[in-house]
Amino acid sequence: MQYQAPKSIDDAISLITSASGNVRLLAGGTDLLVQMQTQATEPDLVVDIKKIEEMKEFKKEDGVYIIGAAVTGMEIIEHEDFGKDWPGIVDGVKLIGSIQIKGRASMGGNLCNASPAADSIPAMIASGASAIIAGPNGRREVLVEDFIKGPGKTSLKSNEILLSIKLPLKKPNSSGSYLRFTPRTEMDIAVVGVGVNITMSNSGICEDAKISIGAVAEKALVVEDAAAALIGNKITEEVIENYISRVRASSRPINDKRGTVDFRIQVIGVIAKRALNMALERII
Amino acid sequence: MTRQHIETKINGDDCDFLCESSETLLSVIRNQLQLTGTKEGCSTGDCGACSVMLDGRLVCSCLTLAVEAEGKTIDTIEGMSNGEENLHILQKKFLEHAALQCGICTPGFLIAARALLEKNSDPSETEVRYWLAGNLCRCTGYHKIVEAVLDAAKEMRG
Repeated sequence: MQYQAPKSIDDAISLITSASGNVRLLAGGTDLLVQMQTQATEPDLVVDIKKIEEMKEFKKEDGVYIIGAAVTGMEIIEHEDFGKDWPGIVDGVKLIGSIQIKGRASMGGNLCNASPAADSIPAMIASGASAIIAGPNGRREVLVEDFIKGPGKTSLKSNEILLSIKLPLKKPNSSGSYLRFTPRTEMDIAVVGVGVNITMSNSGICEDAKISIGAVAEKALVVEDAAAALIGNKITEEVIENYISRVRASSRPINDKRGTVDFRIQVIGVIAKRALNMALERII
Repeated sequence: MTRQHIETKINGDDCDFLCESSETLLSVIRNQLQLTGTKEGCSTGDCGACSVMLDGRLVCSCLTLAVEAEGKTIDTIEGMSNGEENLHILQKKFLEHAALQCGICTPGFLIAARALLEKNSDPSETEVRYWLAGNLCRCTGYHKIVEAVLDAAKEMRG
C-alpha cells in the first residue's frame, strides 16, 4: 500500500485520477482503517487529505458556515458559535462514536461513508446543507440529499473529492435538532433517526420546515409531506399527529438485528415528535 | 515498498521510526518502540484500550496510521507518571478505589480520563460516564472507575 499526503486539492485530484487499483481517501480513518483491519478493503493507494488546508478550514463567511471535509467531530462540537446556529448538526455529530472516534472522524467522512444510519446526515439534510465537490474541471455543489445515492454510494465520480460542507444562511426564528433511537445511549447505531429544522413566525405560525429521516430507507430521506403538514400552521396536537403519520408513511425500513419494520415505523413517529419539540424549544 | 521515515515527539522526547505505510500507530508504539503500556483490544476503535493523545486529541491508535504521526506529538501512558514514586493523581485514585482488576483497559481509561479533566475540572458523574463511553472494561462494572475519576477531579481542584 502506498500513502500520499498531497498539500493541494489539485495534487490530490491528479493523484487519484492517474492512480490505478483501489484508491481510498483518508480523513479521520475511523471507517477506512476498520475496513482495512478486517480486510474488507485492501487499498493500493491511500490519499491523506488532511494536509490540504481547505479540508481543515472551518469558517463563517457572510453568515454562511463552510466546514472542510476533514474537520473532526470534536472540532465541530467544541466550536464556540457553530452550535448556536446549527444545534441539530451538533446533535448528530455528538452521536458519531466515542470521544476517541470523534477526535479523528470528520462529518465529511460520515457523509462519504454514506451509511443509511449515519447520524450527521439527516441533521445536515434538514439544515439545508450542501456538499462542495472538487474535480478536474472545477467545483460543483449539490444538496446533501442528492449527494447520497444509496448504502455506501455517493454521487462522487472516481476523480472527484468532497471538499467541504456548506450550511445556508440561518433564518431568524429558526432552529433544528437531531434525535435517534438506540437501545444504548452511547456507542450504538441508529435504529431510526430524525433531523428537523423549523422556522416560526412571531405569531407562532410555522413558516418553513425541513424534515429528514434516517435508518428507515436505503438512504436518509427528505419528508416533504411531513414538512408540509407543519408549514402555515400553529403547532397544535392535531398538526403534530398529522406530521407524525406522514413521517411514518414515508418510512420504508427493513428488518434487521437492530429493529423490525413494524418497530421502526412505530418508533420513528415518537422520535419525530420529540425532535420537533426539541427544535421548537430551541427557537429563541 | 520502502519504509517511511517518521519523526515525532513521544512523551516529550524526539522519536523517529521507520514503518510500512499500512502499519497502525498502535503497532509501531507497541512492537517497535516497545511502549507496551498502550494495549490492543479490538483493533476496530470500539474498546479504547489503545487510547493515546495525538497533538492533544484523544484518539484510538489502532485507527491511526503510523505515517500520519509525522511531525506530531504523541502522549502515551508511559509519560503519565513521573517515575513509580510520583504517580499521576488519577493513577493514585485508580489504585485507591480498586478501579481495575485485570488492568488491560486501565491505560486507556487513564489517558481518556486525563483528557477529560484537562478540559473539565469539575465533571458530573454523567459527564464522566459519557466521556468514558469509548473505553470498555469487562471486569469492574465501571462504577469504581467513575468514582476514581470523580475523586481525582476533586483532589486536583484542591
